[in-house]
Amino acid sequence: MVSETHDVSHDTEVAIERRFVAKAKDIDEDIHWAQINEDVLRSLERPRPLFWVIFFGSLMLFTYGVFCEIYQYNTGLGVTDQNNPQMWGLYIATFIFWIGMSHSGTLLSAILHLMHADWRKPIYRFAEAMTTFSLMTAGLFVIVHLGRLWQFYYVVAYPNERWAWPNFNSPLVWDATAIGTYLTSSIIFLYFGMIPDLAICRDKATGFRGVFYRFLSLGWLGTDRQWSNFRVTYLTIACLLIPLAVSVHSIVATDFAVSQQPGWHTTSFPPYFVAGALYSGCAAIITLFIILRYTFRFEQYMTMPILEKICKLTFAIAMIWTYLNLIEYATVWYGSDVYQKQALIFRATGMYAPWWWAMNILGSVVPFALAFKAVRNHIPTLMVVSLLLNAGMWIERFMIVTPTFAHGYYPWLWTGHWWPNWVQLGIVFGSFGWFTMLFMLFCKIFPSVSMYEVKEMVYHRREARKDRMPQAVSVPSEV
Amino acid sequence: MSEKTYTLALFSDFHEAALAIAALRESRIKGFKMTDVILKSPIEHPECAAELGYRPVYVQLFSLMGAVLGAGLGFLLISSAQANFLRQPRGGFPIVPVPPNMVITYELFILTSVFFTVISCIIFWKLPGRRSRLYNVDISVDKIGLLVKSDAAAAAAIKDIFTRHHALEVSSSS
Repeated sequence: MVSETHDVSHDTEVAIERRFVAKAKDIDEDIHWAQINEDVLRSLERPRPLFWVIFFGSLMLFTYGVFCEIYQYNTGLGVTDQNNPQMWGLYIATFIFWIGMSHSGTLLSAILHLMHADWRKPIYRFAEAMTTFSLMTAGLFVIVHLGRLWQFYYVVAYPNERWAWPNFNSPLVWDATAIGTYLTSSIIFLYFGMIPDLAICRDKATGFRGVFYRFLSLGWLGTDRQWSNFRVTYLTIACLLIPLAVSVHSIVATDFAVSQQPGWHTTSFPPYFVAGALYSGCAAIITLFIILRYTFRFEQYMTMPILEKICKLTFAIAMIWTYLNLIEYATVWYGSDVYQKQALIFRATGMYAPWWWAMNILGSVVPFALAFKAVRNHIPTLMVVSLLLNAGMWIERFMIVTPTFAHGYYPWLWTGHWWPNWVQLGIVFGSFGWFTMLFMLFCKIFPSVSMYEVKEMVYHRREARKDRMPQAVSVPSEV
Repeated sequence: MSEKTYTLALFSDFHEAALAIAALRESRIKGFKMTDVILKSPIEHPECAAELGYRPVYVQLFSLMGAVLGAGLGFLLISSAQANFLRQPRGGFPIVPVPPNMVITYELFILTSVFFTVISCIIFWKLPGRRSRLYNVDISVDKIGLLVKSDAAAAAAIKDIFTRHHALEVSSSS
């Protein structure tokens, strides 16, 4: 009897060890709440020098982009080498890319919030900020691609002086409404989720910063009534954001799918676009995770187990995207639409073939690297992989727009190898500078790790551990 | 009308605060109501409902109201804009085409719902609020606060309960 008790006790201990010790923890559960405040608030004051390198690098890129835009504005859209049929150039491809990036924030903060995935808590704030800034960047491209910027109001639901309203049947008007709604809701979601943390900043900051945080924290006191209303509010907006995010990218896909152009007139475009958006967003999260982790000394919060989870999520979404991509090829290949088939053959063998193959390799083959634990745990390799995935997803958007224009219905419109010139490339690179600059500024001014959520995370995990341990110990005594 | 006093006690963790709330509820001190007890903490403690009683949240009602209004008014807005075309020949096309209008209606349904949710926050969070003299910055770090509004006569007894339940600090203000 004694030996039997001993065996059971030993087995139970091994089970406990396997379950709670051997498994890497997302975060140190014994970290003190005061320490969390201190670490996150320190990031607002003294980041590593890399922060300034990235900030001024992105500022320079942005300045160059502004210069190109001023040149394009003053001289006319002709300076971009855009001409019939290549009328959109890189602008619309990059617009889709930035819209896609915005979906990561919704995935991490809204979808995973509803699924009670608490590992998202240390990282969702910067993903939400990514959503907001990438939407702002995408919105710029809608305006930039017009050339005549003042014509923008034609896509807004607003009548002209003769009371002629825009065409509500046009996906371009749907687009403007959807993106406007998404941007507004994302800013609200980001801001409201930050209020308890802004109150912490208010309590610590002095001088101008103190006034700034006092204004933004709206007098948050952390009362039980405020917390219960806050939770419901956050949950409600999260529930509203998920269908909104899906609708936004579906509508962007509709811009193409409702046209008759070969290569675009496909019913699978909306889910294909949504999957691509989640995919590129996740890849961007890996990149920014690595940068923030080092720059703001967040090694204790942005941990390797969390990074591993994001990698697995990215891999899963990459496979969904690959499936939808293959389905699209198969539908065209086995379908009876000869023009669609010709467009596909042109992509794979024509003048844009290197880009098409690069897209498929970077988008569908490279993510298999994430299936290996060694890669998921090696930060420099992960950085390279995430950048390659992002490049692949940008090329995907380029491949959606450009080859279709280059090989449409009319042979007399078939162009040679069209490639954007320095003006377009300057504006596109400038947009990356604009996004990075805004993002880094945000992380310097606002807490990019949610302090109250991390506190909740460690509190609930500690409580769960307390609940589990006595049960585990009581098993042998029952025997 | 008797003079009101506010008493704030700080606890090192929620369980001690919960015990103090239970003691307050069981005490027969005259001059305060349980609805005047406020728990302040750095994180949400939904389990405090068991001690403080259920406090209803009406945010979703506002969201629903916003959603219904947004959808209805959105469709009405688009339709009335399209009704301009009543004077123009439409060649057999519908004046108010329902399927494409649903897209913008859907977006306005969500946008208005989000706006109404925000309005509800301003109302129910009682924001923007002012910090009282008893506000303690430790609550935003790692302490749990219990704030009780009571008659001046009851303040001493309340303070005593807090002290017995290992409050780290007790302060009061009238």
